[in-house]
Amino acid sequence: MIEKHSISRRGFLIGTTAAGIGMSIGFFPSTASSSDGKPDLDEVTAWAQIAPDDTVTIRIARSEMGQGTLTGLAQLVAEELQCDWNKVTWEFPTPGENLARERVWKDFSTGGSQGLRASQQYVREGGAAARMMLIQAAAEKWGVKESECSALNSVITHEPTGRNTTFGMVAAAASKLPIPDKVALKDPSEWTIAGKPLKRLDTADKLTGKLVYGADITLPGMLLASIKDCPVLGGKLVSYDESAIKGLPGVRGVVKVETAVGTSGVAVVADTWWQANTALEKLPIKWDLGPNADFNDEQLNELLVSGLDADEAYRGNWEGDIDVAFSEADKMVEGIYKCPSQNHAPMEPMNATAVWQEDKCEVWCPTQNGESALAAASEAAGLDIEKCDVHKTILGGGFGRRGAPDYVHQVIAIAKAYPGTPIKLQWSREEDQRHGFYHPTTMANMRGSLDAQGNLTGLHMRISGQSILAALLPHLLADGADFATFQGVVKGGLNPRMDDHQISYDFPNLLVDHAMRNPPIRPGFWRGVNVNQNAIYLECFMDELAHAAGRDALEFRLAHMKEKPKNAAVLKAVAERSGWGNDDGKSRGLATLYAFGSYVAACAEVTVDSAGKLKIDRIVAATDCGTAVNPQQIAAQIEGSFVYGLSAALYGEITFENGQVQQDNFHTYPSMTIKDMPVVESIVMPSGGFYGGVGEPTIGVAAPAVLNAIFAATGKRVRTLPLKDTNLRA
Amino acid sequence: MKTLKVNGASFNVDADESTPLLWVIREQLGMTGTKFGCGIAVCGACTIHIDGNPVRACVMPLAAVNEGSEITTIEGLSDKGDHPVQQAWAELDIPQCGYCQPGMMMAAASLLDSNPDATDADIDNQITNICRCGTFGRVRKGIHLAKTKA
Repeated sequence: MIEKHSISRRGFLIGTTAAGIGMSIGFFPSTASSSDGKPDLDEVTAWAQIAPDDTVTIRIARSEMGQGTLTGLAQLVAEELQCDWNKVTWEFPTPGENLARERVWKDFSTGGSQGLRASQQYVREGGAAARMMLIQAAAEKWGVKESECSALNSVITHEPTGRNTTFGMVAAAASKLPIPDKVALKDPSEWTIAGKPLKRLDTADKLTGKLVYGADITLPGMLLASIKDCPVLGGKLVSYDESAIKGLPGVRGVVKVETAVGTSGVAVVADTWWQANTALEKLPIKWDLGPNADFNDEQLNELLVSGLDADEAYRGNWEGDIDVAFSEADKMVEGIYKCPSQNHAPMEPMNATAVWQEDKCEVWCPTQNGESALAAASEAAGLDIEKCDVHKTILGGGFGRRGAPDYVHQVIAIAKAYPGTPIKLQWSREEDQRHGFYHPTTMANMRGSLDAQGNLTGLHMRISGQSILAALLPHLLADGADFATFQGVVKGGLNPRMDDHQISYDFPNLLVDHAMRNPPIRPGFWRGVNVNQNAIYLECFMDELAHAAGRDALEFRLAHMKEKPKNAAVLKAVAERSGWGNDDGKSRGLATLYAFGSYVAACAEVTVDSAGKLKIDRIVAATDCGTAVNPQQIAAQIEGSFVYGLSAALYGEITFENGQVQQDNFHTYPSMTIKDMPVVESIVMPSGGFYGGVGEPTIGVAAPAVLNAIFAATGKRVRTLPLKDTNLRA
Repeated sequence: MKTLKVNGASFNVDADESTPLLWVIREQLGMTGTKFGCGIAVCGACTIHIDGNPVRACVMPLAAVNEGSEITTIEGLSDKGDHPVQQAWAELDIPQCGYCQPGMMMAAASLLDSNPDATDADIDNQITNICRCGTFGRVRKGIHLAKTKA
């Protein structure tokens, strides 16, 4: 049931322009009319507000970080509403408003490629309900039956007479009607707005510099802060010598910043960020580096290696009897793989802005989870949650990093030292690199058995390494086991909740287990999460098995996915488009995966010159996400997935020396640029009947497709990433 | 006190001469379209034009800027957001998160200004900006499309 609410414009808006920002810091939005010049709108349902001129403001709960969810959700609402797409605009409701209205917009969290697939049902219902109410209002005004009226392009027509009116004319009356309990939704085959490759709603202001990201928030009287947190996980601030920076231009003060989420550091507050950061660089700081001060990569490696053959491991997934399969094997194949830690490194370094007073606290920040940011604000502010609110901005990249609210805790700790004064905390890139929630590092011991005919009879995948849940969400562990470790290779076992991450093959005998090894590195959810390394392990090893069996890598895979027709379909699609099997001298590699509810596959074409230099020439990638809400944005996500996934595979690596991250900026943590970018041909092939995720699944096939193509080109099997450390012709 | 000419207008700036131009533009002039990404001139999010040349503003100290120089930021690339690069970027719906795009567009505009027939090889050599979302395929198409709109 959708809650009714008499509409009021919020005092503070982050809409599509900068105009509202800073103009209405009246704290807590007034319930009077808008302060940004927009007319009052009538809220028909929580998703749709309609102005007299037919402008429809669609309110979006999920965060927008480039993945296009904002536009996709608006398309779904507009489709059912039947409004004029050219008059659609958007805004983010605040999590405080959501709380006050009994979570009418439901979940704000934006991760796990859930943005569309987990909210499509209720946003479509919100749009459909609004349409029915608008029609009802028009019918009542005319004294005719609702069933004789229809809506199209924001116009309601009484079919028998041809009489018509607009949404804007009846929105006020519609907003007073009860929301219907039952709505009928269109079949995607009837869609005219959703399902179409429409342009994004948030592009225009990104082209002129007008879009206000969190880093751009400017409030009257605002002071700026730069922070240094203890460079070693588990260490803490001991002292600093404030006198050393006294009198430096613009400096207002130094604040010790210790938070409930374990950060411990110091911030300098100044009139400008440059002044704050310059002074911070000069501030003598004494740290207690704590128990991890000697941690280095050698220890990490020993730790991971110790799990490869350990007797004890969490059994995640199993089928048949692996021991029997191995004892009867005609041939055994083995390979040990390793994936390093990765930082998210979104282009916009972490930041947040806050104003704290004794009885209220407001935060402006780019966050993937407005509600967890609000909870963090309440905790850090020491105030009831009703006295706090969070205003979301569009994110300058998220990739999973911005689901964590550490920077919200920090900015409020600083703001508490300056009651009533807005404080913007901006991390330097170095701070962002050193205080990540890194992609977990793991190794895998892969063992497979082949029979005399070259069929795969058994696979044992031993994962050794970090658990995200153990570090961040220990209450979700199942008797100590981290079920998320098995993303992308799920088959029964521990993982009834993860049927959107099933292994792509039918193995008669399978065991996937996890020797949990947790080094003092803070892990996190990094775009694609555990799918990334699991797909590298499995898909490269499938290539090894095919090679050992003397079989074609495509034929071998298809032979082991007889009961997986949708997996087979995407794999065949990329093979066909790429020219797999053609005798044209090209070196190709395949990978496929089922993850986040979607079937994906990729075929990479590479050349490796005599000096070992790799060039990725072409990628063909297919996605069956069931229902395609915006095909051109799905294509954009597919293309982008190769940049993110291959930047990691080629260069990405966070290493530790004396407990400290060694890669502190983009010169030591490189990312792909345009010269490295292959042509990506995407095949969006929705088979209907379900909604799969889009932002993450393709990351998983990026690296293994390229690694398998490298093997085809050189005969060299790369099992340790990143690739930059391997000479491909040695 | 120094007078800077930015997007055709003059501004008196009171900042330490060592302050990078990026922060003068963002914090003193209040133009936030030019982004902070790395602070070491690697990522290119802060790319602006000085007398038509692309400059990474995060490492350009105020002291090194001549008072007579014409500084252009994304806000001044065109009056109405219709520079050929902006038109092409809109047509191909290029930005994802968009944070790197002001710098990317300023770099692209500068490339085309000096080399209206830029080839793929020219693009590879001169567009070195980082985009973590991965818009490079469309950026390349966008630069070629912008050539047709000049």
